[in-house]
Amino acid sequence: MKRRFSVIDVSITLFLGLGAVLALFPFYQTLMLSFSTISDFGGGKVFLLPKQFDLSSYKYLFMEGKVTRGLFISVIVTVLGTAVSLIVTTTGAYALSKKTLPGRNFVFNAIIVTMFFSGGLIPTYLLLQKLHMQNNLLVMILPVAVNAFNLILMKNFFNGISPELEESAKMDGANDILILMRIVVPVSLPIIFTMMLFYAVERWNEWWLPMLFLNDSKLYPLQLVLRNAIANVNQILNNTAGAQLAAGIKNIYGDSVKSAMIIISAVPIIVVYPFIQKYFASGIMIGSIKG
Amino acid sequence: MEAFYLYFGYRQNKSKRGEFLLAKLIQMMDRSSGVLRNPKNRLLKEIIRHKYFYILLTPVVIYFAVFAYAPMYGVVLAFKDFNYAKGIMGSPWNNFENFRAVLGNPDFIGAFRNTVLISLGRLVIEFPVPIILALLLNEISKSKLKRIFQTVFTFPHFISWVVLSGIIIGIFSDQGLWNQLLVTFGLEKKSVLTDPNSFTAMIFLSSIWKEAGWSSILYLATIASINPELYEAASIDGANRFQQMKAITWPVVKTTAAILLILAVGNLMNGGFDQIFNLYNPIVYSHVDIIDTFVYRSAFLDSTGFGFSTTVGVLKSVINFAFLFGANYIVKVVWKEEGL
Repeated sequence: MKRRFSVIDVSITLFLGLGAVLALFPFYQTLMLSFSTISDFGGGKVFLLPKQFDLSSYKYLFMEGKVTRGLFISVIVTVLGTAVSLIVTTTGAYALSKKTLPGRNFVFNAIIVTMFFSGGLIPTYLLLQKLHMQNNLLVMILPVAVNAFNLILMKNFFNGISPELEESAKMDGANDILILMRIVVPVSLPIIFTMMLFYAVERWNEWWLPMLFLNDSKLYPLQLVLRNAIANVNQILNNTAGAQLAAGIKNIYGDSVKSAMIIISAVPIIVVYPFIQKYFASGIMIGSIKG
Repeated sequence: MEAFYLYFGYRQNKSKRGEFLLAKLIQMMDRSSGVLRNPKNRLLKEIIRHKYFYILLTPVVIYFAVFAYAPMYGVVLAFKDFNYAKGIMGSPWNNFENFRAVLGNPDFIGAFRNTVLISLGRLVIEFPVPIILALLLNEISKSKLKRIFQTVFTFPHFISWVVLSGIIIGIFSDQGLWNQLLVTFGLEKKSVLTDPNSFTAMIFLSSIWKEAGWSSILYLATIASINPELYEAASIDGANRFQQMKAITWPVVKTTAAILLILAVGNLMNGGFDQIFNLYNPIVYSHVDIIDTFVYRSAFLDSTGFGFSTTVGVLKSVINFAFLFGANYIVKVVWKEEGL
């Protein structure tokens, strides 16, 4: 049905457009700051464009080593973590989607219960310590390997796959694991892609568990390096002597350096975002509405 | 986000609608005993027939047993005087001493009050935004423009609070954009993030910035499921767009909103740890310290003892659960909506 383009349409579009500009502006501002020099920033000269494009903040960060190392750790954890999560979630969701499996309901309900009850911070902390997670990069991979919500979403998707597809393969003598790999996975790529990207974003953004368990700053992922830099500046700025000190800190971790760090940690997401956008909409819809 | 998985997770059990967790637990036990009552060899046969599925299921079962169920045992710490050397098992019971300490702690009372106030603020201020956003997006007929808007509004969801709060702290710092603008217009500089009131406003605003677009996806999906013929019939009958929205779109959206509202109330004690922890500073503790941030600090910074912190966590879960049931009851009985 086609509607006429009216005053209402124009005002809604303008309103949403204004919202969109507001939503993007902080990112834009940060990007511009990262290109500015310290003197530009302090003089109130960075608003829409810096006076000159200056890459020294980036150069500084990559020479200094912390960020480069953090980037390296984050990439490793994201790749490995996503792979582990994806394998465990896919196999589990597929098994749980089999209605005839004895004990399936028990396991499924037990998983749902965990979405409402948890041991809480301290018991989890003590357990992970016992499991030798202190100063161990696996702390960013294993304790967060399965997201119950993702598991349910995926199970719902598998429920929607027609059983005939699997049965014909079964007649050819393939076992269930082979069927999952050769038949089910290829027809489930939208949901697998969605999950892959969800997990990758989760792993990339991880800062809480590493903050609790990694004492060795050489193991810090990028998010934690960034957090410490921000918290540092924030804490000193909020001290009683804050304002006077502010000028001094700028030279250690200037705002342009901080902004460059923020940009570096957000870039991978900006790069994969168009793909997420493309897949997650379809993936979520299929996974959620069916079943 | 989580709410919406949950919502659909429950949706699939539509035929068993109206039951909730406890009912589910009972049902679960019934079912497993039902299986056991079957002739033994038949069950065995079924299990053998599914042997590969059990192999596939094993990693998930191990994961939840180790990382979700094993820590639940640690909850007994709430009733013990935790001693690191003796471990959870060996530490002595202390006759509810932890509970007395927690309930008598003014910082806990403050954190409890802040959590409730901030969560209620979120319900009033943040909760309606995605609904309005979805209704507005739905009114845009050019699909390309709609997709651009959706892309922009959803984007911040994927950026961590560490990064977002870095950006916010930068903008509102002494030399940041906000104060530059104030100075340009001849006004006095203002320290937004160290003033409890403006900090609280910033919590709501930044959370809308991050999540409103993402949350609106669920409402848009609900709206997309409406039969377009309804709109056509209504417009033939002379209903204008506002009337159509009120009579056709809103009733459908309302049902979804009711369920999300219950889940939001069931989350009342959470208050948004990631966001507040990354944004706050000691000056605003009195107004924005929530239970989760309090637990963290009492356990790792103030060393009040792990027993104390566990107790706070236990109290939080209990209250949360009560809220969940209460909200479900209100929506079902008072509001006459579907509920969980």
